Parts: sequence; C-alpha cells; structure tokens
Amino acid sequence: MIDIGLDILSWILLTLGGACVLIGGIGGLRLPNFYTRIHAASLTDTMATLLIFAGMMLQAGLSLPTLKLLAIMLFLLLTGPTATYALANAALLSGLKPDAETVTDNDKGHAG
Amino acid sequence: MYILVSIAILVTMVLALVRALLGPSVYDRVLAVNVFGTKTVLLLSVMAFLNGRPDFLDLALAYALINMVGILAVLVFFQSRSSIKERAESD
Amino acid sequence: MIFVFALFLLTLLVITALAIVHTENLFVAVMLTSIFSLLMAANFFILDAADVALTEAAVGAGVTTVIFLSALALTGEREKPRVGGRNIALVTVGVLALLIIYATFDKPRLGDPNAPVHQHVAPWYLEKTPEYMGFPNVVTAVLSSFRGYDTLGEVFVVFAACIGVLFILGVRPPRESLEPRDESSGLRHHLIPQVVGRLLVPFIVLFGLYVQFHGEYGPGGGFQAGAIIATGVILYALLEGEAEALRAVPRSVLLGMVIGGAMLFGSVGVVCMLMGGAFLDYSVLAADPVWGQQLGILIIEAGVGMAVCGALLSIFHAFAARESLS
Repeated sequence: MIDIGLDILSWILLTLGGACVLIGGIGGLRLPNFYTRIHAASLTDTMATLLIFAGMMLQAGLSLPTLKLLAIMLFLLLTGPTATYALANAALLSGLKPDAETVTDNDKGHAG
Repeated sequence: MYILVSIAILVTMVLALVRALLGPSVYDRVLAVNVFGTKTVLLLSVMAFLNGRPDFLDLALAYALINMVGILAVLVFFQSRSSIKERAESD
Repeated sequence: MIFVFALFLLTLLVITALAIVHTENLFVAVMLTSIFSLLMAANFFILDAADVALTEAAVGAGVTTVIFLSALALTGEREKPRVGGRNIALVTVGVLALLIIYATFDKPRLGDPNAPVHQHVAPWYLEKTPEYMGFPNVVTAVLSSFRGYDTLGEVFVVFAACIGVLFILGVRPPRESLEPRDESSGLRHHLIPQVVGRLLVPFIVLFGLYVQFHGEYGPGGGFQAGAIIATGVILYALLEGEAEALRAVPRSVLLGMVIGGAMLFGSVGVVCMLMGGAFLDYSVLAADPVWGQQLGILIIEAGVGMAVCGALLSIFHAFAARESLS
C-alpha cells in the first residue's frame, strides 16, 4: 500500500518536473527580451530540479544514491541563482538596457 | 516514466540550442549554454536511474559544480573588458 | 532506445558544429564549443562509457572554456576577414567525409557480440581483472596496469604541453610592466558569487579527491580528479583575483606538481624493475600480488592527478597573468 502510494507520488512529481522543464524551454524562445528570458530559464530550472530529484529520491529509498541525489540537488539550488545573478550583472555592466527591443552581437555594449 | 522525463529534457535541450543559434545578443547565447548545462545534469541523473546505475551520479555531481565556474568566468571576462574600455576612454 | 537517443544527440552535434564554423564572433564560438563538449559527454554517457564522459565534461566544458575566455580577453573578438575562398577546403572536406562514410559500411553493428573487438583481448581483461586486481572498475585496471605504458606516455604528453605553453607565454610576466592591482580584480565587489563560491571551493576540491581515490570502484581516476581540483582553484582565482590565487598556490608549487607527477609515475616503474619484475609490473611491489597491483595503481593515479592539475593551472595562470597587464 505504502509502496504504491510512494510510486504514484513519485510519478506525479516526475511528470510535474518534466512539465516545468518544457515550460522553461518554451519560455526561453517566446519571451521578447533577454532579461525576461532569464526569468523563464532560472525559475523553471530550480523548480524542475526540486521536483525531479524529490521524485527520484522517493524511488530510491534510504541509501547512498539518495544522499548523492540530495547533494546534487543542494548544489544545483545554490549555483543556479548565482549563475543567473552573474549573467544579469555581466549584461548590465556591458550596457544592455532592460527595455532594448532589438540587439545584435555587435552592439556598442560589447564591441570587440 | 523516466523515459517521458528524459524526452522532455531532450526537447528542452533542443529549444535551448535553438536559442543559442538564434539569440540576437551574446548574452542570450550564454544563457542558452547555462540552461543546456543544468539540463545536462538533470538528464544524466535521470538516465543514471533509468539504466539502474546509481554510481553514475558522480558525473552529474561533477558537472553541477563545474557549470557554475564557466558562467562566473564569463562574468569576469565581461567585467575585465568593460574596465579596460573605461581605462582606455579615460586616458 | 539507446540508438534513438544517440542519433538525436549526434544530429544536434552536427548542427552545433555547423554553427561554430558559420559564426564570426569568436565569443559565440567559444560558447557553442562548450555546448559541443556537453553533447559529446551526454553521448559517451549513453554509450555507457562513464569515465570518458566524466573527463569530457570536466575538461571540455569546464577548464577549456575558462582558458579560451582568458585567451579571448587578450586578443580581439571578431574573426579576421577571409582573404581567399573556401572552395578548396570545402571540396577536400567533402571528399574525405564521403570516403570515411564509405569506410564505415563494413563496421560491425554497435554491441554485436561477434565483433572482432569483443573476441580477443576484451574477454580476457573482463575475466582477469577481479582475479589480478581485486576491484570492479575494468577501465581503471586496463588504463593503469594492463596498458600502463600508454598512460605513462599520456602523462609525459601533458607535461610536454605544459612546457610548450610556458615556453610561448613565459613563466612570469616582465616585471617592469606590473602595475599595482586595482581593486576591481576578480569578483570582489559581488557579494553573491563571493559567498556561494567560497562555500563551494572546499567541496569541489574534496570531490576531486573523492574521484581520485574512488577511481577503482566507480567512474574516476587521475585525469578527472586533476581537472576537477584545477576547476576548484580556478574558481578561487576568479573570485579573489589571480594574484591571490598565486599567493595560495604559487607557481613553484604548480611546476613541482607537474614534474613530480611525471617523475612519480616513472619512478614506480623503475622501483618495480629494481624489485625484480618488469617495468611497470606492480605485482612485485608487495608480498601479495593483488595488493601490490592496487598499491601501484594508487601511486600512479596520484602521479597522473598531480601532473594534470599542475599543468592545467600553469596554463591558466600563463594566460590570466598576461591579461592583467594589457
């Protein structure tokens, strides 16, 4: 009984995690501006990490792989927002304005 | 069910690759590389479980740590370039 | 199933390669090269080659990207305009590609048990590894002991590469053009990367040591561990500025690690000869041949890890130190 309950719970978590990943991917393509795309990428990334790893940890039970999954989840939770901060800061430092409509590789923010 | 999640992650990797190829500015491409990196970690973990080989989780752990170092290197690169330009303009 | 995944990833690989050739902004090319490395690592993983996937991810997507970015900071960002046409190159590449595709028609199918590669030496390695070595990872056994000469050659190749780069870029920059470091070096003013990075550097080094010593029981070994530890020190250099990192791990230590690693490997072989066996025959190192093999593999993997870590860090500092003078 408990096994079937855990199985169904982990199915649900994994499916939700997969849906989050897809939503993030589609958002990265359809949103208009760089700063809005960062939102799509990082928020869905973190949520998907939590859901998918929780689902897998329920399947593995209490063992060494569960500890490894916990470690990977913690590192992804820590490093994901840091990378987002670093990227947004780099863009702002180089002069990309948050309301820019069309930009190219050769903008004055980063002329080679 | 692992196969469904793997397919979802692979589709997102394709979408991120499209953004890396299309992205009008340089930062879009770096964002796409970052997304690609974290999706690779997810894909490696899910497939390690799918094939019943939990010792392959070491790869996902290594890559989760290394991904951040690459993006921080990009930040240092842009910062040093903008400070060099400021120094050149103020001379 | 594996076939579908592998085919899919290989198609993405071809698209990325075409994009790398097509773009003229070198920074974009470096980012796409990082994606290329990740795709190759995923490909190796799907083919069940975990050691190779770990090395490709650690070296290709981590350290190589950072070194490319350091080199880009020294040069310009745009490719120089082409002087000639590309037609000769296109025709040559096209003819060679067709020849290679034709040559693969005779290849055995993937995973065919009757293929010649599965008939002669491979079953012997798979049978004899538990008996001679006593640990499960056959890749480490083949790499370090059954084919030890190859690995000795690889360590010396890494050593030669490090010396080559240091010859071209110089061991230390000319002294009179050193300006005092301004306070904007590294990521000192950014609080979030500082906090998170300082938290992560000890974990990365610890994980590198885990991969080094666990290489006989899971994916790992000297090359991967050297790359991961080098990534940890590079993270410290990115956070605090390159001068601080040189104060933490000075250049003399790095050179000592490279030279010491290569010599350690060679001297294990010589010690084996002195104790009565052949060169690199570790069974004579201890009373029990299995324990002798494990001891020998432990020491040479440590040598490989030291050499790779020292070489990668020397190359990184050679580029990054020059950048602070431009």
